[in-house]
Amino acid sequence: MLECMPEGEVVHTVGKINPTKTCQPIGAMYAALGIHRCLPHSHGSQGCCAYHRMHLTRHFRDPVLASTSSFTEGASVFGGAANLKTAIKNVFEIYKPDIIAVHTTCLSETIGDDLPTIIKQSEVPEGKVVIHANTPSYQGSHITGFSNMVKAMVTYLAERDEEALRRKRVNIIPGFVNPSDMREIKRITASLGVDMTMFPDTTNVLDSPLTAKYDMYPEGGATVEQIRDSGNSRLTLALGAWSSNAAGAALMEKCGVPCVPLKVPIGLKATDDLIMTMREKFDAVVPEDLTLERGQVVDTLIDTHFHYQGKKVAIFGDPDIVIPLTEFVLTMGMIPKYVITGTPGKAFEEEVGAMIEAAGIEDYIVKAEGDLFELHLWIKEESVDLLLGTTYGKYIARAEDIPLVRVGFPILDRAVHPLMPITGYRGCLRLIEMISNALLERRDRDCLDEDYELVL
Amino acid sequence: MEHDCSLASGGTGCISERQNSIITTGKNKSRIHCADDSLAGAVSQRACVFCGARVVLNPITDAIHLVHGPIGCATYTWDIRGSLSSDSEMYRHSFSTDLKEKDVVFGGEPKLAACIDEVISKYHPPAVFVYSTCVVGMIGDDIIAVCKDASERHGIDIIPVESSGFLSGNKIVGYRAAAEALMKLIRPKPGEVIEKTRKLNFLGEYNLGGEKWLIERYLNEIGIEVNVAFTGDSTVAALKRAPGSCLNIVQCTGSMHWVATNLEKEYGIPYLDVNFFGAENTADSLRRIAAFYGDPEIIRRAESLIEREMNRITPIIARYRKKLTGKRTAIYVGGAFKAVALIRQMKDLGMEVVVTGTQTGKQEEYDTISGLLSEGAIVVDDANPAEIERFLLDLKVDVMAGGVKERVLAYKLGIGFVDHNHERKECLAGFDGAVTFAREVYITTCSPVWKHLKASIGGEEL
Ligand code: SF4
Ligand code: SF4
Repeated sequence: MLECMPEGEVVHTVGKINPTKTCQPIGAMYAALGIHRCLPHSHGSQGCCAYHRMHLTRHFRDPVLASTSSFTEGASVFGGAANLKTAIKNVFEIYKPDIIAVHTTCLSETIGDDLPTIIKQSEVPEGKVVIHANTPSYQGSHITGFSNMVKAMVTYLAERDEEALRRKRVNIIPGFVNPSDMREIKRITASLGVDMTMFPDTTNVLDSPLTAKYDMYPEGGATVEQIRDSGNSRLTLALGAWSSNAAGAALMEKCGVPCVPLKVPIGLKATDDLIMTMREKFDAVVPEDLTLERGQVVDTLIDTHFHYQGKKVAIFGDPDIVIPLTEFVLTMGMIPKYVITGTPGKAFEEEVGAMIEAAGIEDYIVKAEGDLFELHLWIKEESVDLLLGTTYGKYIARAEDIPLVRVGFPILDRAVHPLMPITGYRGCLRLIEMISNALLERRDRDCLDEDYELVL
Repeated sequence: MEHDCSLASGGTGCISERQNSIITTGKNKSRIHCADDSLAGAVSQRACVFCGARVVLNPITDAIHLVHGPIGCATYTWDIRGSLSSDSEMYRHSFSTDLKEKDVVFGGEPKLAACIDEVISKYHPPAVFVYSTCVVGMIGDDIIAVCKDASERHGIDIIPVESSGFLSGNKIVGYRAAAEALMKLIRPKPGEVIEKTRKLNFLGEYNLGGEKWLIERYLNEIGIEVNVAFTGDSTVAALKRAPGSCLNIVQCTGSMHWVATNLEKEYGIPYLDVNFFGAENTADSLRRIAAFYGDPEIIRRAESLIEREMNRITPIIARYRKKLTGKRTAIYVGGAFKAVALIRQMKDLGMEVVVTGTQTGKQEEYDTISGLLSEGAIVVDDANPAEIERFLLDLKVDVMAGGVKERVLAYKLGIGFVDHNHERKECLAGFDGAVTFAREVYITTCSPVWKHLKASIGGEEL
């Protein structure tokens, strides 16, 4: 698809071409799926909801259910209050969730529906809950939507009860990551002997096993009760500033639970930080197993460093994934030449820029709120050895004949990724394997017969 | 209604107001409720007007498809169709005005105009389609005026597609918006003369998995040339030659009948309904096209092609039929046209169709469907996942044909699945397609993976 990079001087200043972000509600929907027996509800027209479900389904290869207010022209004139009230009533009656998590769409935002008031006026059965987040897509990205919904969980649900404090428990807000990553973070925490509440938690929701009997509400997800009780925990770890800090801060403000912001534990350093923080705050003992896993990562890095050292890589995707990924790529001795996210925010550029410069690399570009057209443009100027990002990179991969290692959201053309962590030490091994294999495959493909070797 | 409204897995069921959207063939003479808007609170499988319009127009390969709205609407429709191109890949890129808050407050017209200018200066496309989305409809951007201005400025077709999704949840409205855009595109400029030819246009063909190419090969072999398909692997220039064709063949009644009728009214081109799904349908369609041309040589060649292909594929299909006879199948697709074709094909494979549903079927179409099914089969309009689940389990379905959302649901229930939606990657049309289809059904129905469902390592059977 070379033709899509036009000849000559190219200006791109307005609109997006080949975006690397999507809209807020899908993030809110994903977050809501991490609550046990929750039905996400899209307050807007059917189309948005259908798209969000479909997109999530394509990535996770699991059913994603959500209801919609089914706006028609009437709603756009008279507002969507009536639709939402009917919807809430219908949903509790028919689908019987414990909780409905309502998010808005561009349409209900533009109309200006006042959700808190509408929800107050709705019929909510005894013991059931409705929460909401405003998620206008003309601001931020799907990550903002995720963050807004996680924050709503706190503001609506979390409570403090001085009698019921749990000094040994940590709250973990995992960020917009795959269920496999949440599982891995939980495993690490459990092995440190620290009691934990994770929310949202999509393990056993979007990575559930096949049993030939379909549950509308799978086993997983943080229960409403657990989220309520999170106000009594000793500490919150907010993993990923873009997706988790807002909720962490809200919990601190509302219930006085201190919050430590950390990176999503991708790579050696970010994983170390997670473990060290828990060790320090909870006097936890790091078990042999984790030390062993770490040692294996370092051993592997040394065994393989010459496969990727000095290779140039372009990284794109969501900020909370891209930032620690850049850090790990630097650990590996690679050069992050272009780093781009679709989500707006200058802080991204500052953080990534500082990291790269600290590694002594001067020739690089970092951009927030960019698109893949721009990335392609830069690559045309000066190419890279590897692309690291979502499925949407495949056009550039083909046009420029650069290997693509798929990480992040969404991955629409490969399977199994939601079950395999890229976090923790095991995630490090997986990343090293994917990256070095991609480069070695390329070498085997491209080299002359006489350079084709059995042992590499 | 035979079934009560509770669900096998408990907890969920169908909305009682939806009972009229489900009928059991032979049991009641009541008519199905369809083309209603979905209820508030429903978990509907339906999409939106914009989606319908995108699906129809996006295969125009060398046009720029610019989505005027916030980013999501563009991202979700970026290259999701398996429509193949023999030349330009422009249509596979995603262009969005990426509306921001300030645009929503102050109006998005200036940004739209700037985006149009930018893409045209970059790519010099022969045409730009500008799709409106819900928000744009709400804030009242006059996309018609912006497109008209830009069109005058740049001297190319810049065609507004009025596809605000909230107008209706029904894709048919979007098909219609797309159809109107197409009619606008092909209308000759004053004084322009389109050369008359003996070629035909192929309406409602999207070249999924190369289907247009396959049918075109058949037609070429019997001595007929295709001018352009609406819209699979089409270019703006070829579409503009459409008024010069002598015949329109129309596949998929949902989106293209309106275009065919208008082409007849405006340009005097007659049309024929065709259907290239399944061997019988393909043979029948080829015969009718040949008969239209009336040329004995064309008719002879058509017969010999049909004979050759039938001889080739019949034994192959028979082999699959042996494996598949008696298996039970459910069909849930977008349009009734496809449902009808699928019912025939499934029956050809010796299978029993126990459930059929569509998202956008019309009353008459549901009557046709009921007519094809045996007693006790269920027909349903705009089903929700809970209903689909109930039917699949209660009626002991072995394999289902549907779209992406149904795929994962079927799999979760341990049921085979074939993709017959607008995103499929396989060529399922024509004689070769009939074989591919049989193979796809066989692969999923008889896969060894299902055996492992029953096994367990914990002692008791799952
Ligand atoms: S905003 Fe409207 S056009 Fe866009 S996806 Fe939603 S329903 Fe469709
Ligand atoms: S209208 Fe807004 S919420 Fe709906 S799909 Fe488009 S960008 Fe997303």
